[in-house]
Amino acid sequence: MTGDDPLSKRREPDDEHPIVEAPGAAEVAPSHLPGEDDDLTPDEDVSVAAAAATPQSPFAGALRQIATGSTMVSLLSIVLAVVVGSIMILATDEDVRDSMGYIGSRPGDFFFYVREAITGAYGALFRGSVWNGEGTDFETRIRPLTETLKFSGPLILAGLGVGLAFRAGLFNIGGRGQMLLAGAAAGWVAISVDAPAAIHLPLAILAGAAAGALWAGLAGLLKARTGAHEVIVTIMLNYVGYYLVFYALSKQGWLQAPGSANPKSEAMPESAVLPNLLGDRFNLHWGFVGALVAVAFTWWLLNKSAMGFRFRAVGENPEAARASGINVGATYVYVMLIAGALVGLAGVNQVLGTAPSGVTVDLDAGIGFDAITVALLGRSRPLGILAAGLLFGALKAGSFTMSVSEGIPVEIVLVIQSLIVLFIAAPPLVRAIFRLPKEATA
Amino acid sequence: MSTVSAPAPELDETPPTAGQPGALKAPIVLGVVTMLVALLAAFKARSGDATFRIAADTDFFEVPELVVPSTATLASVVVLLAVGTAASALLVNRGRRTPLWLIGLFAVVAVFGFLAWAAAGETIPVIGLLGGSIALAVPLVFGALGGVLGERAGVVNIAIDGQLLFGAFAAAIFGTVIGSPWGGLVAAMCAGALVALVLGFFAISYFVDQVIVGVVLNVLVIGITSFLFGQLLSEHPESLNSPEQFSRLPIPVLGDIPVIGPVLFRQTILVYLMYGAVALTAFALYRTRWGLRVRAVGEHPKAADTVGIKVNRTRYTTLLLAGAIVGVGGATYTLVSVSQFGEEMTGGAGYIALAAVIFGRWDPVRATLAALLFGFATNLSGVLSVIGAPVPSQFMLMLPYVVTIIAVAGLVGHSRAPAADGVPYRKG
Repeated sequence: MTGDDPLSKRREPDDEHPIVEAPGAAEVAPSHLPGEDDDLTPDEDVSVAAAAATPQSPFAGALRQIATGSTMVSLLSIVLAVVVGSIMILATDEDVRDSMGYIGSRPGDFFFYVREAITGAYGALFRGSVWNGEGTDFETRIRPLTETLKFSGPLILAGLGVGLAFRAGLFNIGGRGQMLLAGAAAGWVAISVDAPAAIHLPLAILAGAAAGALWAGLAGLLKARTGAHEVIVTIMLNYVGYYLVFYALSKQGWLQAPGSANPKSEAMPESAVLPNLLGDRFNLHWGFVGALVAVAFTWWLLNKSAMGFRFRAVGENPEAARASGINVGATYVYVMLIAGALVGLAGVNQVLGTAPSGVTVDLDAGIGFDAITVALLGRSRPLGILAAGLLFGALKAGSFTMSVSEGIPVEIVLVIQSLIVLFIAAPPLVRAIFRLPKEATA
Repeated sequence: MSTVSAPAPELDETPPTAGQPGALKAPIVLGVVTMLVALLAAFKARSGDATFRIAADTDFFEVPELVVPSTATLASVVVLLAVGTAASALLVNRGRRTPLWLIGLFAVVAVFGFLAWAAAGETIPVIGLLGGSIALAVPLVFGALGGVLGERAGVVNIAIDGQLLFGAFAAAIFGTVIGSPWGGLVAAMCAGALVALVLGFFAISYFVDQVIVGVVLNVLVIGITSFLFGQLLSEHPESLNSPEQFSRLPIPVLGDIPVIGPVLFRQTILVYLMYGAVALTAFALYRTRWGLRVRAVGEHPKAADTVGIKVNRTRYTTLLLAGAIVGVGGATYTLVSVSQFGEEMTGGAGYIALAAVIFGRWDPVRATLAALLFGFATNLSGVLSVIGAPVPSQFMLMLPYVVTIIAVAGLVGHSRAPAADGVPYRKG
């Protein structure tokens, strides 16, 4: 999960995750690793490097940090969420409930069915998301992993958009509207423009990103100009966008497929579709590579660019940022424009990659809201969002197998996802449940 | 985009007072609306008479139908709107703010003009339009009341949608199992309070950002209810998902008054509960010791703590009460509107209730009015699509959301939330 992300080992008190024991971190003994007590340092890389380079007991400190730090909390949160999910699966399993009735006379039955239900559920989850041991050849066996990557792409893209806004102190709940507008714009360019693939595809992608950027930028502009709360505005823009796209899809001459009565566009022409990444036997397309590029770009933007510094400064404290000469209003607009473009790319990914059979009003497939949990789990760090997107992509891919082979509703994934984020947001709770030491500074 | 490089206006510190640019927004918004209606009158005028049917068969006496010529009515409405805009501009010019009643009157006239235009050659069932609006607004009003209470105590409640959905879910199950809608109602209140308890647990006890807990709780409730719906309710619909309904309960005498009677007093018991809840909430919040404490905790928790008010306990109890109130709204879905629970059946109504809270400036009565407005806009789109109005239904359905954006950005952009709203309280 987040274990392969060096940045996530750092805990920073920020707006989204106020860390209650942050004052305690200041009481670090002087003999401690220099990198450990500078929680407020904006540049994570420096402190991690310092921790690694320090001569005295590098392992003890690192181990202690892993055992009590945010990585451990993240892992334990996932464990907790899975435990709760398992309880829900067991409580609603017919065999388990029936055998519960005669647990006194034949307890073996009960435990047999419990084991059956759990191994069945998580076996299916694994089969559907990573490796299908039942396959006959290598391609069938590895196929689930490529499905996971396919589902991860838009989650990562939209997660980056939400996370970037978080870093500037803005809560972008408008993922759905931004994805819809972007998907519709990309679809419109794909259908109405006729050009070779080298021009057609980039043009459609750009149109989608621009539409998403404008839709989110509107919320940023209203926030900057009138102080309208972005949570309300982005929620409302979701509905407005939904009905706008719905209207365009039900009107001949706009987006509706010619001669059709359904609110759906015609299929995307070949020259505007993202090509498959691993040949035609897999559904994985270049959208995932685009997501990786977007991760790199967002990381660069946030950590290396002047604009990213302004985003973070405004996110930490808008008053201080204003006092030091940053144009807070303009920053809100810029961050929402970029965030909307990123979320928009998730919509483009759906229309031109995952489902090129035509634009529909359901093209967002819940990704706009999933992106919020992805961003929260990834702690709004690009690499964290990458890891969270992969995890949630795997859960999504696996949930379909779980549903088909075990009859477990796919919504169990929503439960697990939201519990993970809840637990991660409350590290003291997770520590208390697992009786971990309070601080890395013991 | 050239506008964005200009220095941003001061945003948070100063609510607009007389004579400041903030006050200009009202006349600007009114002017834009006037212009839109004028354009409608100039380019899309429709001939024919619009009929407003205001009579119900139960009235003491017969109220005649109101028949107006569409074109002439729209023209005179434009004039009235222009006068309203001018009055607003004049007031602002004199350093005063546009009074709320003027905005309200303006809105009523504008809606009347629009209806006269849209219903040319058709009949608008006014009673059905208004009565249906109230029925549609019930969950929104309860949701908004719960939201106002929570935020006045300093806890932002984005989880209204989750509370509504969980309330609807519990009402369906327990209403069926117990065999009485009252059982379902109590269960819904408990369900709403349960979601509030989880919200409080994370937001008050563990200082997690309240907006995040709220959003995540909404997802969690959708997940839990949809999961259980798929596993249990859809398998055993008779024994788990067919709750007995609250039936319409006309109030004698009051229900027979023309216009007002059928709109207000021929509804279900939940609507009457809603009247009581609004009045009680407003009274309790402003006129009782308990309300003073709630507001103190939301405005300045430290000061409240200093005089001996237990901040977090007050927040918990208020939040639980608010959750129970929202739960009643959730019960409306399964005990009145639809006879069974369906996945994600609230359709994001909780977010609309949240908008009503902010639109209503954290005041129970204003928030209720805002919720009624949303109910009206939703019902209007339904009525207009039935009579075949020349507006695509998508645009009618979009209207409440556009109005909210305009209102939040234009009219109440600077409204002030309770000072400690969303801020966890740490002693010491």
